[in-house]
Amino acid sequence: MGLGVNLCGISISNPVIPASGTFGYGYEFAELYDINELGTFSFKGTTWDPRFGNPTPRIAECPAGMINAVGLQNPGVEKVISEELPKLKSCFHKPVMANVSGFSIDDYAYTCEKLDKEPQVGWLEVNVSCPNVHGGGMSFGTQPEAAAEVTRAVKAVTTKPVIIKLSPNVTDIVAIAKACEDAGADGISLINTLLGMRINLHSRKPVIANTMGGYSGPGIFPVALRMVYQVAQAVSIPVIGMGGVSCAEDVIEMMLAGATAVQIGAANLINPYICRDIIRDLPRVMEQYGIQNLQEIIGGVNNG
Amino acid sequence: MKQCIFKITSNEPLTQSVYRMVLRGDTSAITAPGQFINIQLDGLYLRRPISVCDYDESSVTILYKVVGAGTLQLSQMPVGASLDVLTGLGNGYDLTLSGDRPLLLGGGVGIPPLYRLAKEFISQGKSVSVVLGFNTADEIFYENDFRALGCDVQVTTVDGSYGKKGFVTDALPQNYTYFYTCGPEPMLKAVYKATVTSGQMSFEERMGCGFGACMGCSCKTLTGYKRICKDGPVMKKEEILWD
Repeated sequence: MGLGVNLCGISISNPVIPASGTFGYGYEFAELYDINELGTFSFKGTTWDPRFGNPTPRIAECPAGMINAVGLQNPGVEKVISEELPKLKSCFHKPVMANVSGFSIDDYAYTCEKLDKEPQVGWLEVNVSCPNVHGGGMSFGTQPEAAAEVTRAVKAVTTKPVIIKLSPNVTDIVAIAKACEDAGADGISLINTLLGMRINLHSRKPVIANTMGGYSGPGIFPVALRMVYQVAQAVSIPVIGMGGVSCAEDVIEMMLAGATAVQIGAANLINPYICRDIIRDLPRVMEQYGIQNLQEIIGGVNNG
Repeated sequence: MKQCIFKITSNEPLTQSVYRMVLRGDTSAITAPGQFINIQLDGLYLRRPISVCDYDESSVTILYKVVGAGTLQLSQMPVGASLDVLTGLGNGYDLTLSGDRPLLLGGGVGIPPLYRLAKEFISQGKSVSVVLGFNTADEIFYENDFRALGCDVQVTTVDGSYGKKGFVTDALPQNYTYFYTCGPEPMLKAVYKATVTSGQMSFEERMGCGFGACMGCSCKTLTGYKRICKDGPVMKKEEILWD
């Protein structure tokens, strides 16, 4: 059976990719299993400067998921290159997806230019959709022209495939995806978390110190699937689907909707072995649905 | 860290809201007092982190207080039921710094991890002082268990209904070489101020994963950003940076 897919010119052994922010810089999961079983993974969102992120509590439970308001905690691109990537190199021997965030066009370009020089970086995944930071992040992903401007700035500093990660917190995600494609993006990944909120009934205060955060988990899967479908119909570049994916069946469903590869986020936090387990379970589910080759089912939804 | 299926062998109330549960299974990933386990429950998305009170080769004891949907569900689980658990999480206490007369200070459901710690020190022949703080007499648990180990035990209650009236910091002994504590944050702050030696404190925070992946429970320390679930929950007094 064929699990391999081609993601923006790079072949990966299977379409299962741990999503940024749920897999650190990889090496901690390597203590649990051989992470070379993964197609690739997207490392923790990296910015120019080191960041602590938002005050705690920054996690809240929800029905069928969770809210996080971490706010891009990371050691900064310099330390990622000098400390995190060397540790990763010793346990992961495939191209990794570098997830990048910023607060200005220059931020994105600077961080991407640095990571472009790292041989282990296969793709740049540019996050224009973080709901947990002000004055940047998602604000670039809510306007087609701003998203296009980030895309152009990043494309100008790298020869690696550039994947733009989009926010669902917009009125027309298709317009933003098309603007990125027109600006030279090599792929689109979606969806980032849905902006959400919880209130503690005892204290009547928001559970999250930052009031709001990003909702993820199985509860958002139908919304994510719908948006992946809409975007995949509208663009001709590869789409990475994510949002609540929790099992091999969900992976197949995302691919039928048009995803070339699938990211898994919140589920990693509940079961650190989930990506490995899904990869091992895929052949069984493929057989059940008469699928020989995953590459062939991309966008294969039957609209009658 | 290890993912294991544990079987409940007992689950009994110690007070109106604090329960003692014994689980049978693979405990090989638990390596130090002060570590915790993270329990998956039906219908709840996030696991519930609970500190380890005691363990041996094939069983682990936890004491938990019913405070929400997760712990309520836990309290209603029958003997023989199975739980999906991540074990051996967190750093645990460093026993090597204790000196000959360690002082253990616990408040409410912060007390459980100190039990195993006390047991280890007693087996090393150390003279262990324990101060247990509660709100009121009805809430007291494990006083006799600590005594049975051979610890010198003092109890404080906020309302004075048992033991010494006040907080654990009102009952500090004269001579101790080092302290270990776990309890609510106001208590930790008071202990930080009242103690005359160095020591270690175990912290609590809302966690996403419990094993260092999500950065949900980070805190700032004098030695950099730390994840309470992975780099903690135990921090040394010297590195603590209060908000």
